[in-house]
Amino acid sequence: MSSSKQQPRTLYDKLWDSHVVKQRDDGSALIYIDRQLLHEVTSPQAFEGLRIAGRKPWRVDANLATPDHNVPTTERSSGVEGIADPVSRIQVQTLDDNCEDFGITEFKMHDKRQGIVHVIGPEQGATLPGMTVVCGDSHTSTHGAFAALAHGIGTSEVEHVLATQCLVQKKMLNMLVRVDGELQKGVTAKDVILAIIGQIGTAGGTGYAIEFAGQAIESLSMEGRMTICNMAIEAGARAGLVAVDEKTINYVKGRPFSPQGKLWDQAVSAWRDLHSDAGAQFDKEVILNAADIEPQVTWGTSPEMVTGVSGIVPDPEQESDATAKDGISRALQYMGLAAGKAVTQIQLDRVFIGSCTNSRIEDLREAAKVAKGRKVAGTLKQALVVPGSGLVKEQAEQEGLDKIFLEAGFEWREPGCSMCLAMNADKLGAGEHCASTSNRNFEGRQGFGGRTHLVSPSMAAAAAVFGHFVDVRELD
Amino acid sequence: MKKFTQMTGLVAPMDRANVDTDMIIPKQFLKSIKRSGFGPNLFDELRYLDEGQPDQDNSQRPLNPDFVLNQSRFQGASILLARKNFGCGSSREHAPWALDDYGFRAVIAPSFADIFFNNCFKNGILAIVLKENDVDFLFDRTAENEGYSLTINLQDKIVTTPEGKQFSFEVDRFRQHCLLNGLDEIGVTLEDEDAIRQYELRRKQDAPWLFGQQHY
Repeated sequence: MSSSKQQPRTLYDKLWDSHVVKQRDDGSALIYIDRQLLHEVTSPQAFEGLRIAGRKPWRVDANLATPDHNVPTTERSSGVEGIADPVSRIQVQTLDDNCEDFGITEFKMHDKRQGIVHVIGPEQGATLPGMTVVCGDSHTSTHGAFAALAHGIGTSEVEHVLATQCLVQKKMLNMLVRVDGELQKGVTAKDVILAIIGQIGTAGGTGYAIEFAGQAIESLSMEGRMTICNMAIEAGARAGLVAVDEKTINYVKGRPFSPQGKLWDQAVSAWRDLHSDAGAQFDKEVILNAADIEPQVTWGTSPEMVTGVSGIVPDPEQESDATAKDGISRALQYMGLAAGKAVTQIQLDRVFIGSCTNSRIEDLREAAKVAKGRKVAGTLKQALVVPGSGLVKEQAEQEGLDKIFLEAGFEWREPGCSMCLAMNADKLGAGEHCASTSNRNFEGRQGFGGRTHLVSPSMAAAAAVFGHFVDVRELD
Repeated sequence: MKKFTQMTGLVAPMDRANVDTDMIIPKQFLKSIKRSGFGPNLFDELRYLDEGQPDQDNSQRPLNPDFVLNQSRFQGASILLARKNFGCGSSREHAPWALDDYGFRAVIAPSFADIFFNNCFKNGILAIVLKENDVDFLFDRTAENEGYSLTINLQDKIVTTPEGKQFSFEVDRFRQHCLLNGLDEIGVTLEDEDAIRQYELRRKQDAPWLFGQQHY
């Protein structure tokens, strides 16, 4: 078939087409999965299911595992044995045992390659352009930054992929989010994705795969694109995508799981087609102007409850829709905030820099730039920096970032998910406000009664220094 | 998987939008390596006044009297009525496991988050999308009438109210088939084992770098 006769296709269409094993007549399709990432929280019941049914993994080499959600971020030389919480310890041990039993490669707690699954996949070259990538974690959308079709799945599907290397799927719709023009200085990928969610809402992308494009997206580094795709799920889209360009190829080159030699050349020539064709049809298009985006801060309990740093906490009385009004009132009550309060007047108790959204080397560099030569405010109880992987930590230490953070009064921790979801010992106390570089400000997310404000790494570092939000654009 | 054919059950209303899976089952309960036992911690932070811990005796904890599932008229409910974007956030399948363990067999809402919606069907829970004004109608009727029950027929894809009103809903044929027959989806997929092997052979020709690359 001549390609010139084909209808122009979106990137998502291409990724879908190349993974269809079988189209079923009921509208569903069997889709082949190239890579599955596994962690300790959503895999134990899947392995147990395999055992009960007497099944084996279809393709052991397609899987890669690491513990991240439960691991302590404090000193951990005593390994799994040293995890104080017995329930967490059993879960991490269970992952080790399952990977051992089924022959799956795992970066264990001690391994310097251990880290948050969505950091280590790309870092290892285990995430490659054109792949389908799944993981029992909704932030699997991160990997779409490499033009991989990547989305979160539940534990039943983790088991399904282990057993069959496939998933039963229905094709999603195509959405294009285009961010035109140049970003202002001090405005980062995190601010862009929060602004997008503020515009389309947390259900705006439900049922869609979102391709992010436009000059502002193209100008982002791979780390920035990962931050954008990471939070596609907070806009309701299971998958986010960015087309392949030179930055993608340069990032992937030479990584441990990346192809080499002739295979590399062959792969690169295939990857160059991983973009939407001119004239490809999207079911929905959203356009933002980069210059309009200021540093963002969430004030409520859903990522769509967001405003620019110059903004104020909204008044529910101004909202006409009853359900939305009720949502704002509830959020303000939970957050302990009054309508009309300036965002810069919100006083903070803790600061968290980390998570699969913002724990990569570039994120740490941005935060360190602000922290350098400054001190964490005395009113703060804690300011945590948690690198996304052992290799990110090592790199940061080589660059002296750890010293900058420590001198400023931040804590410098071991890698893991940490206070993003507070499954380990890192959590907020009831009523505490936290400037967090993570992805969800849901009630109780960072600890029972905790109050989360989502921001970029530089905004978080600045908030740590001043004890309240400040506009990073106004800092030297 | 449990079969779902037809049921009649008491309705409990969860009257807020964007209920996320952190709210359905908070993270401390995700440390379990089992699939069962999550029911007592369903909606934990809304349901109790204290902070819950895994392996705790929940019968001794202070209940939030304002929370809907703590009200006597909703005891034994098996249909959850919800608002838009129900189940957003984390992909944790512990959310449908908790709903199932509590005793819910169906959830009705104007819209669901994709991953949660999918996870329900893997666990014999029927997630039904109805129009927003039909959901409003059901919220009103549930508030006004103690013991308000609905009948759900999956074969015909119809929800019937006590007053005889009927709402039809859509469900993917594959999901309907699996639920009606209580099928093991992995078993169904493995019937296509040959197709998977043929795909792999083709793909190894086109994209050999995707296979057997293990540099560690």
